[in-house]
Amino acid sequence: MAEAQAAQIGSIVPGSPEEKRLHEIWEAEPGWRGWLSTTDHKSIGLRYLFTAFFFLIAGGIEALIIRLQLARPNLSLVTPEQYAQLFTMHGLTMIFLYALPILSGFSNYLWPLVLGSRDMAFPRLNAFSYWIFIFAGAFLYASFPLGQAPNDGWFNYVPFSGPVYNVGPNIDVYALGMVLLGLSTTAGAVNFVVTFLRLRAPGMSIPRVPIMTWGTLAASFGNLFAVPAVSLAFFLLWLDRNFGTHFFDIAHDGKALLWQHLFWIFGHPWVYVIVLPAMGIVSMGLPTFCRRPLVGYMPVALSTVATMLLGFEVWVHHMFATGLPSLSLSFFGAASMIISIPSAVATFAWIATIWLGRPVFKVPFLFFAGFIILFVIGGVSGVMTAAVPLDLQLNDTYFVVAHLHYVLLGINVFPVVGGIYYWFPKFSGRMNSEKLGRLAFWIMFIGFNLGFFPMHIAGLLGMPRRIYTYPPNMGWDTVNMVTTAGSFLFALGVLVFVIDVFYSIYKGAKAPINPWDAPSLEWTTPSPPPPYNFAVIPFVGSRYPLWEGRLAEAEGRSRLDEGYLLMNGRETLGTTAMHAEPDAILKMPADSYFPLVASIFISALFVALLLHALIMAITTVALGLLSLVGWLWPRPVLRMEAAA
Amino acid sequence: MLAMNAPLDYFLHADGSASKPVLTLDWVFASIVVAVCIIVGVLLVMALFRQRAPETVLPREDDGLSWIVVGTTLSVFALLGMTVYMLATLEQISKPSRAPALTINVTARQWWWQVEYGADDPAKRFSTANEIHIPTGEPILIVLNSTDVIHTFWVPRLAGKTQAIPGLTNRQWIEADQPGIYWGQCTEYCGVQHAHMAFKVVAETPQDFDAWREAQAKPAALAEGGGRSVFMSQCSGCHAIRGTTAAGAYGPDLTHLQSRQLIAAGLMTNTQDHLSDWISRPQELKSGARMPNFDLPAGDKAALLSYLQTLR
Repeated sequence: MAEAQAAQIGSIVPGSPEEKRLHEIWEAEPGWRGWLSTTDHKSIGLRYLFTAFFFLIAGGIEALIIRLQLARPNLSLVTPEQYAQLFTMHGLTMIFLYALPILSGFSNYLWPLVLGSRDMAFPRLNAFSYWIFIFAGAFLYASFPLGQAPNDGWFNYVPFSGPVYNVGPNIDVYALGMVLLGLSTTAGAVNFVVTFLRLRAPGMSIPRVPIMTWGTLAASFGNLFAVPAVSLAFFLLWLDRNFGTHFFDIAHDGKALLWQHLFWIFGHPWVYVIVLPAMGIVSMGLPTFCRRPLVGYMPVALSTVATMLLGFEVWVHHMFATGLPSLSLSFFGAASMIISIPSAVATFAWIATIWLGRPVFKVPFLFFAGFIILFVIGGVSGVMTAAVPLDLQLNDTYFVVAHLHYVLLGINVFPVVGGIYYWFPKFSGRMNSEKLGRLAFWIMFIGFNLGFFPMHIAGLLGMPRRIYTYPPNMGWDTVNMVTTAGSFLFALGVLVFVIDVFYSIYKGAKAPINPWDAPSLEWTTPSPPPPYNFAVIPFVGSRYPLWEGRLAEAEGRSRLDEGYLLMNGRETLGTTAMHAEPDAILKMPADSYFPLVASIFISALFVALLLHALIMAITTVALGLLSLVGWLWPRPVLRMEAAA
Repeated sequence: MLAMNAPLDYFLHADGSASKPVLTLDWVFASIVVAVCIIVGVLLVMALFRQRAPETVLPREDDGLSWIVVGTTLSVFALLGMTVYMLATLEQISKPSRAPALTINVTARQWWWQVEYGADDPAKRFSTANEIHIPTGEPILIVLNSTDVIHTFWVPRLAGKTQAIPGLTNRQWIEADQPGIYWGQCTEYCGVQHAHMAFKVVAETPQDFDAWREAQAKPAALAEGGGRSVFMSQCSGCHAIRGTTAAGAYGPDLTHLQSRQLIAAGLMTNTQDHLSDWISRPQELKSGARMPNFDLPAGDKAALLSYLQTLR
């Protein structure tokens, strides 16, 4: 038995030798060594945020070029082929390289802090999933400067993406890049699921977990089931294109519709994957500024899970026009309308929270409150597209473009920017500028609606998606001009936000521990938090540990200054899945170069596959396996012990 | 009013029994969702700015659950009603009320539409391009195929969309109540010239339609001369003209070219100048199109154009 070394309970005073020791145990090496080898979830989270935001700007610039091309009829700023590459790269960048990774950034940074842990369950896997993400992003962009970028839209329908109609490397880059990115997504999802189940602070039973974690948990489960479909689809397409297989080859009885099914079986759950964690950010941050808990924690948590489950039942609504029998259309149409019920739960929960609360109009709150109306507009236009006969008109017009941008910008970008403002004190140790923040919000909010609302009209006037130009007699001139103006205004708002971030990092006032007077555990740590997060692992006695005594209901008492002292090397506490009872002391691994090295070799393997370089492929597989051996090399210090 | 001349709009006009029920559905749904946005918007603004009594009691976490109960219950009933209505409309438009009077085979190709009218008598069969003539007041069955990639057939004022998928035969019925010209457009990205893949549905009275069909079924008028031989040497590999040896099946059948209003899948009106331009530099007008630029000697060009004028 390990009781002899079992964790002791105590407290650690700031500035004490114990605290210094924790620092030494957890701190990354200084300089580039630490930068490349760190497994600290906070560094990884911030890297995710920066990288994904970089991709948002890249995708945004592509969008602005598209908008210039469409500003007036018959313009020829770009060629039709350049236009195809631009809208494809814009779509795949925003959907795959921005929308999920930015949320992974939040979750990576925040989960251990809100759950009361010192790191994620698998810190090295965490580093690995980041490195693979950035390499996959670079891979997907590698052929862009050569004018050979993916060019069949982000959903990449066969046979246009097949070997007959698309002979360049364009689609091979997309196919391999997506399989590579799938590794990152899967590794990240596993990490979140296990962290949620095993690394919560003692006492944080399931009904007490912070509301935001439900979104990422549901999304991570969703990813584990959805990503295999798209990885398979792209792998089969790559085989078709490179080895003459016939999965999608119509001339040899392959099926064009097989692609659509595989893609959307992934694609629709993915929509929820990239909005549920963002809705979680709002459910977490909004109540802080309403000075009261979220109304309906349980219904909101359950509706999050229900949305993800129903999200697997609706993929055919992307395929209403493919000639499927009307019985099938009826089922998927009805399911697609029903899926908005859980969203109604969340909407009324947010409004009730504001109604019953005492709103404090700080910058993050502006983004969260503005989000609610964008969420509703994006949601109800989704109800219109769920109505099968109506979708047969709306489908593939700008109405759908408007809908998906209200979903992706309204339900992802606005919560994300609000979330960055909300946790900016934690991320940077500084306060943002309220003035610049307000300016950014209003420019973004007005620019967004000015830019994207007219797209609904363009769609109702019949403008199809993905046309590089249009003649002047179609009735679309005005709406397109307004959309272009709005999109540039929105871009200006994003620029103001970026300026605010950089200005505040250097010039912002020093942030206190809990500047917003928020209720959750991350606000007990210094701003920014130390490498070990919590000097002692706290006991959680209620859903809002920092608001105890402020609510009319009697709840348990948390103990935040006294808890498990875990300082024999890198340690954190493992707890049971349901009730979060202490279960084990988890020995956490040291920083390591191996996640980076393994990622390099795995990514190099994909380069070799792209170039058909057999020797390079074999070498990278061998070196990749070797680096895994190094990664997993047994160390006695990592032996697990039972907790007291 | 900016919508007045939007030929692809389906929100203000519906001109046949496959599209009219959808127009109503569209307005009902649009009204409901706009109302929902306004209600939520008003609630949100009221929630943000309402007068609040000074704080006397501590907030309770369980307060406000009635918001969720009432709001969600109302949403459930609204959505169920909308779903039933939607399904009833789907039933209404999925089949015409009587058997279609006419079947037309439409084959989508990069980047034009091949339109074939069948007949028991092989001499009465013919093929045309980018212009579908139909008689009014009758449901018409469009049998859709594709020879290359996926395209989508869409005539918004007459019916919803249906994909043309290679290896699969899809069906879409359309009906026009009144004579008129209804615009159509491919809506599935199908390659660089996806933007220029339009077509027209020309609805005519049954008498006019029969006359048109009769005329189209005839072979081209006999015309001799230099233009014809230029056509045979330069164009017949891809284009067919019935009644001649030109039997190319790669591009549009040109037997009655002059009966069409537009050329190059809606890119330009069918005038002598546009035809001349199109023959010389299609790769500039519609880059990537399958037709190459033809740099013909001026004499040959003029002869060819005057030959094309005979194809009425």
